[in-house]
Amino acid sequence: MIDSIAHLPLVLPPVVVGWLLLLLFGTRGPIGSWLLAWFGIRLVFTTGAATLACGVMVFPLMLRPIRLSIEGIDRGLDDTARTLGAGPLDRLFTVVLPLAAPGILVGAITGFAAALGEFGAVITFAGSIPGVTQTLPLAIYSALQVPGGEAVAARLSLVAVALAVAGLIGAERLGRRMRAAIGR
Amino acid sequence: MSLDVAFRHAFPGVTLDVRLSAPTPGTVVLFGPSGCGKSTVVAVLAGLLRPAACRVAVDGDVLADTESGLFVPPEKRRIGVVFQDARLFPHLSVLRNLRYGLRRAPGGAFATEAVVDLLGIGRLLDRRPHTLSGGERQRVAIGRALLSQPRLLVMDEPLASLDAARKAEILPYLARLKTSFNLPILYVTHAPDEVARLADTLVLIREGRVIASGPLSELAARADSPLAAQADAAAVLPARVVRHHPERALTALEAGGRVLLVPLLPAPEGERLRVRIPAREIVVALEKPAGISIQNIIPGTVHGVVEDRAAHAALVEIVLDDGHLLARVTADAARALALAPGRPVLALIKSVGIEVLA
Repeated sequence: MIDSIAHLPLVLPPVVVGWLLLLLFGTRGPIGSWLLAWFGIRLVFTTGAATLACGVMVFPLMLRPIRLSIEGIDRGLDDTARTLGAGPLDRLFTVVLPLAAPGILVGAITGFAAALGEFGAVITFAGSIPGVTQTLPLAIYSALQVPGGEAVAARLSLVAVALAVAGLIGAERLGRRMRAAIGR
Repeated sequence: MSLDVAFRHAFPGVTLDVRLSAPTPGTVVLFGPSGCGKSTVVAVLAGLLRPAACRVAVDGDVLADTESGLFVPPEKRRIGVVFQDARLFPHLSVLRNLRYGLRRAPGGAFATEAVVDLLGIGRLLDRRPHTLSGGERQRVAIGRALLSQPRLLVMDEPLASLDAARKAEILPYLARLKTSFNLPILYVTHAPDEVARLADTLVLIREGRVIASGPLSELAARADSPLAAQADAAAVLPARVVRHHPERALTALEAGGRVLLVPLLPAPEGERLRVRIPAREIVVALEKPAGISIQNIIPGTVHGVVEDRAAHAALVEIVLDDGHLLARVTADAARALALAPGRPVLALIKSVGIEVLA
């Protein structure tokens, strides 16, 4: 059940996710009104809203590699740690997380890359306010709406390409070092 | 003191009903074919498996008892386990693997230097597990288990995945481990040579049940035991070095209430060791032969004869003052000599046929 809800953003159109977020977290929505009444937080059309929208959208993408890498850990190692006196939390930090590190890294990079490209959910839930909620693709899109904005769009696209390439190379290097560290 | 395990557990297709009790300290060897439930005994003992009904006690401390609802989790049992596949943590160096259990132990008798020395792993401390050979890995796993300051060390076929050379490399360390520390050991194997080398108490297990248990010297030489049914059946006797005869290059051992001559040993007089006498190295005679190269002519009485029809052979169990011998002869010879319980015979044993185990 929780699993299906977490995976929902993967199959729903992003605009629908953004609209659902707006319903939930809007000042009159069930969570949004509660946040406003108790903490005075108004989320809609803020950087926080853009972050939340990106987070919800990329969460299922991150979940899969992380879960696969945790499931891929030899159960025997966990049992061995138990016989050596390690309790559940101890084993999580000394055995499970270090061994799942490559998968967590892949999840993080995938999530970062996907968040950079997030469009529909952000524009619906957070709007496209320059310097506040405007993501890179939103900025490129609005630049293209203005006559003569191609130069700006090209520069922004270059930034996007540079970020993506740097991210991929970094992930590859880090991943290789991590796998060497756990002997794979 | 003693080690007591009793449990019943149903797997799809088989139900295990194991009851075993063995004196401690000492080495208890659990012997049986693959898939007979040996590893389940290990899992129950360590607490990694919670059977439908069980009672586990080590030296009087009850660790699990379904009747009173007591179940001590594995991390609180202080039972060190060495698995067949070593299971070193791949992300930690050898030293940090060794210290994993040590850091979580309440303190105890095993010091890092002593264990590292005993196992000869001093040069490996900075290495990563995946750079070690199979034998080295297994030695590190044994060290890691020892340093967790266990009250009982359990080894689940630690040599099964190693080739003969690696096995020969580790066996002496295990024998040293046995004598160096006063630690109870439960050792699981399906290899008869490991039984002969290590066991004090032998527990035979088959299809989820204990079929026999007792001191090794009694159990190994019973002609009707499953151990004797193997092609390399042998008697194992505790022995003591009586005196050396350097001029003849022989050493006299006392074993089973008799004197055995073996090729000269480096061990000092009075040293205790054990000898393994393979059944096919023994010739059975009714009268003392003359002009023969055999040094050991041991009188005894036939206790039983078990025929192996498939191989046209017979296994003769011969009782000495204090122990038993097994002799493998042809079925025809057994009939010609009229070997039957109660018949006095002479066991002729070549000195070079006796294996002296440290």
